Amino acid sequence: MLELQNICFSAGDHEGILKNVSFTVPDNRFVVITGPNGGGKSTIARIIAGLQTPDSGRILFNGEDITGLSITERARMGISYAFQQPVRFKGITVRDLIELASGEKLDRDHACKYLVEVGLCAANYIDREVNESLSGGEIKRIEIAVALARKSALSIFDEPEAGIDLWSFRNLIGVFEHLQDQLHGSILIISHQERILNIADEIIVLANGSIRTMGPREEVLPHLLKEESQAFCPRETN
Amino acid sequence: MEDNVKSMLQEVIERQEIPENAAYNIRSDGKAAARRNTKHIQITPKKDKPGIDIHVSGEAQKEEVFIPALVTHSGFTDLVYNDFYIEPGADVTIVAGCSVCSNGCDASEHHGIHRFFLGENAHVLYLEKHVGSGEGTGERIINPETEVYGDPGSYMEIETTQIRGVDSTNRVSRAVMQDNAKIEIREKILTHGKQYARTEFSVDLNGNGSSARLISRSVATEQSSQLFVSNMNGNADCAGHSECDAIIMDEGKVSAQPEIHAEHLDAKLIHEASIGRIAGDQLMKLMSLGLTEKEAEEWIIRGFLK
Ligand SMILES: Nc1ncnc2c1ncn2[C@@H]1O[C@H](COP(=O)(O)OP(=O)(O)OP(=O)(O)O)[C@@H](O)[C@H]1O
Ligand SMILES: [Mg+2]
Repeated sequence: MLELQNICFSAGDHEGILKNVSFTVPDNRFVVITGPNGGGKSTIARIIAGLQTPDSGRILFNGEDITGLSITERARMGISYAFQQPVRFKGITVRDLIELASGEKLDRDHACKYLVEVGLCAANYIDREVNESLSGGEIKRIEIAVALARKSALSIFDEPEAGIDLWSFRNLIGVFEHLQDQLHGSILIISHQERILNIADEIIVLANGSIRTMGPREEVLPHLLKEESQAFCPRETN
Repeated sequence: MEDNVKSMLQEVIERQEIPENAAYNIRSDGKAAARRNTKHIQITPKKDKPGIDIHVSGEAQKEEVFIPALVTHSGFTDLVYNDFYIEPGADVTIVAGCSVCSNGCDASEHHGIHRFFLGENAHVLYLEKHVGSGEGTGERIINPETEVYGDPGSYMEIETTQIRGVDSTNRVSRAVMQDNAKIEIREKILTHGKQYARTEFSVDLNGNGSSARLISRSVATEQSSQLFVSNMNGNADCAGHSECDAIIMDEGKVSAQPEIHAEHLDAKLIHEASIGRIAGDQLMKLMSLGLTEKEAEEWIIRGFLK
């Protein structure tokens, strides 16, 4: 289980990127964070994975305080993070990343399996470099495949739908639905997509650095959809 | 051949042995240690100075010639002049490269001066690897000079690699290309300790349709320093592209001095240079897969120099 307690974060003169954010992701739950652009969603993900350090607050993972641990230590404890903007390299192949993620050498078929899951024709991609030549959708799908290969206790996906075509997206929903059964772990997805919200157990709405609402999907989603049709810009509470 | 010499040789040519049907000339401490000519490739020693002439006939297609040079101990300075005469239409791979071993406190040096005369439509792939080895404190110095004269339609590819081990190197490459002649130079270099590496490229694109591409990937670690100088002259309807991509670590220093010079309205010249530390997001991505920072760095550098 992941627990965030009173996380605050500022960067330079940009204050209050996160203001006292607290929530939990219970074991085997599928939690989706949504909210307006710039609300602080990716920052939360980066703080959980250790890419950024909060100014105050604590992060507990399975009861252990991981606030001061490095990215590597958290990764080894079972946290994986598929970036919103996947990183490009020179000379590192898709296969390298999948093998690093799974922590072992894989035979070709096994490595290809992860690419097939995200709808990529594996033979064309497995030996390709993860460099500038990949299209936006391609690299995004590779990023998801690499996260799947990690088989982590907590998998975080930051806008996995971004740039993915209609056909692959349908497939991806299926992948996420089955992921929980496969991994016996928790999933935290940041998304703007109704179809991803539809398969969530719980939904957190983060706006302007604070949690506006959170709770079971059945409670949160109807409000969210109603609100969306009323105002383009989500209202501030209080 | 003694074991240490054999392993030096294997490392330079990146193979267990020289293939059966290839020509070769192995130079060890300034002397020809072994030589083999083939039907299409003739190697003859120069009469007036140290070095060899290599004649490749137009009949040679996808053939190979190996001309490694070894300096096996400290205090030896080797100077060699090698000329390559490539007849029109020939297609040959030349595996050169040099290994200097220092086992004492004096410097071991190799200065190789290579000239390539490419006939019309000839193709040469020239592979040159620099290796420095030995436990001695004497410097390992390698200073290669390369000149390329490309007749119309010829294609010269040069691939040079120097990963650690060489204390000081000054590489000077010049090329003069005629109509539709093409040259591509790919350089990979990693320096550490207090090593110094300087690379200078100078290309004259004199013929219409001629082209040049220089790609330099370098890593400077610890207190090492590097200088990249390129000079591309477009004197015709030609295309030139040079890119220098460098990673600096620790207290490493790199400077790039690119110069592109157009004397013809249709010359298209581009230079790209970037120098910087390893990108933070690359490190973070690999660490988020469970690698330590050090392991992540190694992966990134290995990929970069691949
Ligand atoms: N290092 C930084 N320096 C300054 N501002 C930052 C920094 N990092 C994030 N921010 C700001 O914090 C806010 C939250 O950014 P974040 O990336 O978390 O938003 P998000 O909710 O993921 O948005 P989106 O839906 O567009 O992906 C933004 O206004 C952003 O500009
Ligand atoms: Mg974001």
